[in-house]
Amino acid sequence: MNPLTGYLLVAALLFAIGLAGALTRRNAILVLIGIELMLNAANLNLIAFWRYGPHPEALTGMMFAIFSIAVAAAEAAVGLGLVIQIHRHTHTTDLDTMNRMKG
Amino acid sequence: MSFVFYLIAALSVAGALAAVLLKNTVHCALALTVAFAGLALMFLELDAQFAGFAQILIYIGAVAILVVFAILLTRGSETPKDGVYSGKPLVGLAVAAGVFAVLGWAVLHSTAALPGAGGTPAAKPQVTVMDIGNALMGRYVLPLEIVALLLTAALIGAVIVAMHEKEGAR
Repeated sequence: MNPLTGYLLVAALLFAIGLAGALTRRNAILVLIGIELMLNAANLNLIAFWRYGPHPEALTGMMFAIFSIAVAAAEAAVGLGLVIQIHRHTHTTDLDTMNRMKG
Repeated sequence: MSFVFYLIAALSVAGALAAVLLKNTVHCALALTVAFAGLALMFLELDAQFAGFAQILIYIGAVAILVVFAILLTRGSETPKDGVYSGKPLVGLAVAAGVFAVLGWAVLHSTAALPGAGGTPAAKPQVTVMDIGNALMGRYVLPLEIVALLLTAALIGAVIVAMHEKEGAR
């Protein structure tokens, strides 16, 4: 098997697992965990294409992955801050009971 | 495909599955750390040392700790009485399985178009951290500055959002 294919399949599997977690869990933090897994799967794709692509010395895929990691860190900080604030208001992190945006 | 690749892939996928399936939220966060570590090992296996160590520092060192803090602050480790899954989990599972089927089909049916399909393994890229630093300070300096601005804004925003309101201000 082409080594790139193996990495792409693992990334697809991780993305599907993260998507399943984000779609089926009730706890808001677990949904964020699923989103983090999906972002990581995308990073794996970028790095794998960088490694096996025709011009690895151009560093394009590597730069994409590094910036994507930085944006994911910002997203996690803001998302978890929102979850903490919502918990302070409603005393729950259950997404099924969050059905209004007004405080 | 080497044995090491299968080992790391199994570790990452097992960590991700545990992170999504376990009932106790704290256990989920710890399993997420295992998945992140597996992905960092996979980056190292792909000769992307800088990305691998950045993954370890940022995801295992910062994001996983942040998730654990959020779980403890929200008392989310208690398993809810009416199950951990939302109303219709089968729909979500079906969507995820469909996405994986489409992605896997696309990957397996485009092997001839992928780089490195001719059977010749790609040469190990000769990229040092110095090259990455030069690229970040040269060609990619504008995205770097924008990311710095984004991180500052996200930091301030997260603090303001999560800040305790004064009593009486509500």
